Amino acid sequence: MVSKEEVKHIAKLARLGLSAKEVNSLKEDLSSILDYFGELNKLDVSGVNPTSHVVLTENIMREDEGEKKSSELASKLIKSAPHQKGNHIQVKPIL
Amino acid sequence: MKLNELTISEARQSLLKKEFSALELTQAFLDRIKERNGKVNAVLSLCEEEAVLKAKEIDKFISKKIELPVLAGIPCLIKDNILVKGVKCTAGSKILQNYMACYDASVVRKLKNHGAIILGKANLDEFAIGSSGERSAFGKTLNPHDPERVPGGSSSGPAAGLADNQCLFSLGSDTGGSIRLPASFCGVVGFKPTYGAVSRYGLIAMASSLDQIGPFAKNIEDAKTVFEAIVGPDKMDSTSCRKEIEHFSIKDPKDLVLGVPKEYFSLSRENSSGEETGLSPEIEGRLRESIEKLRKIGIKIKEVSLPHVRYALAVYYIIMPSEVSANLARYDGMKYGYSASVGDKSEVKDLIDVYLKTRSEGFGEEVKRRIMLGTYSLSAGYHEAYYVKAQKVRTLIKDDFKNAFKEVDAILAPSSSILPFKFGEKMENPLSMYLLDTFMIPANLTGLPAISVPAGNINNLPAGIQIIGKEFEDFKILEIANIFEKL
Repeated sequence: MVSKEEVKHIAKLARLGLSAKEVNSLKEDLSSILDYFGELNKLDVSGVNPTSHVVLTENIMREDEGEKKSSELASKLIKSAPHQKGNHIQVKPIL
Repeated sequence: MKLNELTISEARQSLLKKEFSALELTQAFLDRIKERNGKVNAVLSLCEEEAVLKAKEIDKFISKKIELPVLAGIPCLIKDNILVKGVKCTAGSKILQNYMACYDASVVRKLKNHGAIILGKANLDEFAIGSSGERSAFGKTLNPHDPERVPGGSSSGPAAGLADNQCLFSLGSDTGGSIRLPASFCGVVGFKPTYGAVSRYGLIAMASSLDQIGPFAKNIEDAKTVFEAIVGPDKMDSTSCRKEIEHFSIKDPKDLVLGVPKEYFSLSRENSSGEETGLSPEIEGRLRESIEKLRKIGIKIKEVSLPHVRYALAVYYIIMPSEVSANLARYDGMKYGYSASVGDKSEVKDLIDVYLKTRSEGFGEEVKRRIMLGTYSLSAGYHEAYYVKAQKVRTLIKDDFKNAFKEVDAILAPSSSILPFKFGEKMENPLSMYLLDTFMIPANLTGLPAISVPAGNINNLPAGIQIIGKEFEDFKILEIANIFEKL
C-alpha cells in the first residue's frame, strides 16, 4: 500500500507538480500495480546476475574528442530554448 | 488498381517501367491522406512540399535511366518520435508540440539516401507510452477496419496509416509491443528487429534497453526490403550491433522445427489477481489453426517451456517505467519544448516552479503514471526490492529462451491476446491495458527479433500471430513468416 506522503515525496523527486486529485488517483494506481508486482516475491533469485542489457557483449570506446558542428546548428539549438540571451540559454537562478 | 493499394515491389516495378511517375505515386498518397485524415487521424504533420520535390527528383533520375535503390520514390510515414530534420517532432505530447527537429535520425538519413519519400509524421501514444492509440495529446487514431475500435499502440499512426493505404510502408518503434500490437490490430506486418540491429540515434528515447525501430509493411517481402534499408551499425548509437546480420534462406520447410510455449496457453488459469491475462478463445483458436497449417506442410512443431515467462509483465512494468523516468527527466522547460516560464508567469517564481508546472502541464496522465512508477522503483529503499530484482528475473527469462532455442529454430506465439477492442474499454483500469502487452514483452526483455504476421480476420477484425527468433536471426524469422504468409 502506497501512502499519500510517499506519493507526494515521489512526485517531488520526479519534479511533477500534482493536484490533490492526481495524488489520490496515483495513490490508488500505484498501490494496485505494485500489488501485482508482489508476484515477483515468490521467485528465488539468489545467485542470479542482474541483466541491464541483454544483447550487448562489449563496451564501445572512442577518442574523447568532439566533432565541430556549424554555428548555424548551434544557433538553431539555442533558439529552441524558451529564453535566450545572446548565445546562451537563459534559466532562472539556480543558487 | 489504385496507386495507393500497391505493394512496394509492385510500385517499384511500375516506376521502372514508367507506368506512372514518382510524382503521380506520391500525389496519390498525399491526396489519400488529405481525404482520410479528418477521420483516421494517423498523420500529425504532412511534408507535402518536400515530398513533391523529392518525387520530382526521382523522376529526373528515372528519365536519365540512372540505377536507383529499391526504395526510390516509395512513399512512407514516420512515427512522430523519430526525428526528421526541419519537421516538427512532437512525440504525441503537448510538451513537444512545437519542437522542430534539428537533425535526421540515422534511419531517416538511410531512407533519404535510398530516395524514399517521407509523406509525414504519424500519430502515436504520447512518448510511445500506451497500447491502444488513445493516449496522444493530438487525438486518438481510428482503426481503419472499424472506426469504433482502437488501432493499437503506441505506433497507432504508422499501423493505421498503412492499413488505410496512406503510405506504402511506415516506421514505428517497439518497446513492449508497440509495433507488433498495432500491426496485429490493423492487419499488417509489423517487425521488431533484434535489439541493436537498427540504430536508435534520433529516436526519442522511452526505455533505452528495450526500444527498437522497425518497419510496418503490407507483406513480408516489403518488410524485408525496408529492414534491409535501415539495418546496420551506427557510430552514433553505442548499443547498435557491430556485427553483420546474415541473410538466411530456407531450402526445405521440412527442416524447420518451431516451438510452441506451453505456458502461453495456461496463463489465464494461473493469474492470481483475477484479471484477464490469457488468450481469448478466438485468438487461441486462430493460433492453433495456424500451427496446424504449418504442421501440414511438414514443419515440425515442438512444445517448449518458458517457466519464467509469466513474470515477464511484472518485470517489464518495473524496468520500463524506471528507464522512462530517467529518459523523460530532460523535458524540463529549459532547453526546448513547452515551458511554464513562458506566458503568464505569475505562478512561476523560481526554478523548481518551472519544473513542476512545465511537467505537470506538458505530460499526459499515463506518462505521469509511468514516471511515478519508475521513480518509486528506483528510489532509495525500494531500488533493491523492485528494480534489481526485476533485472535478475530478466536474466531468468533470457535463459528460458536460450534453453528453448537449443531445440527449435523459432518460437510461435500469439500477437495480441484479444481482437481490437472499442475505444474507452480499457481506459478506466490501467492494469487491464498493461495486460495487452503480455505476449509482446518477452521479445523486448530478451532483445530477440519478433514479427507479427496477419493470420486472417475473425468477425471482420484483424488477428495476427507472432514469430520470435534467436538474436540476430532476423532474416530467418522473415523467411519463416514468408512461408506462413503464403499458406
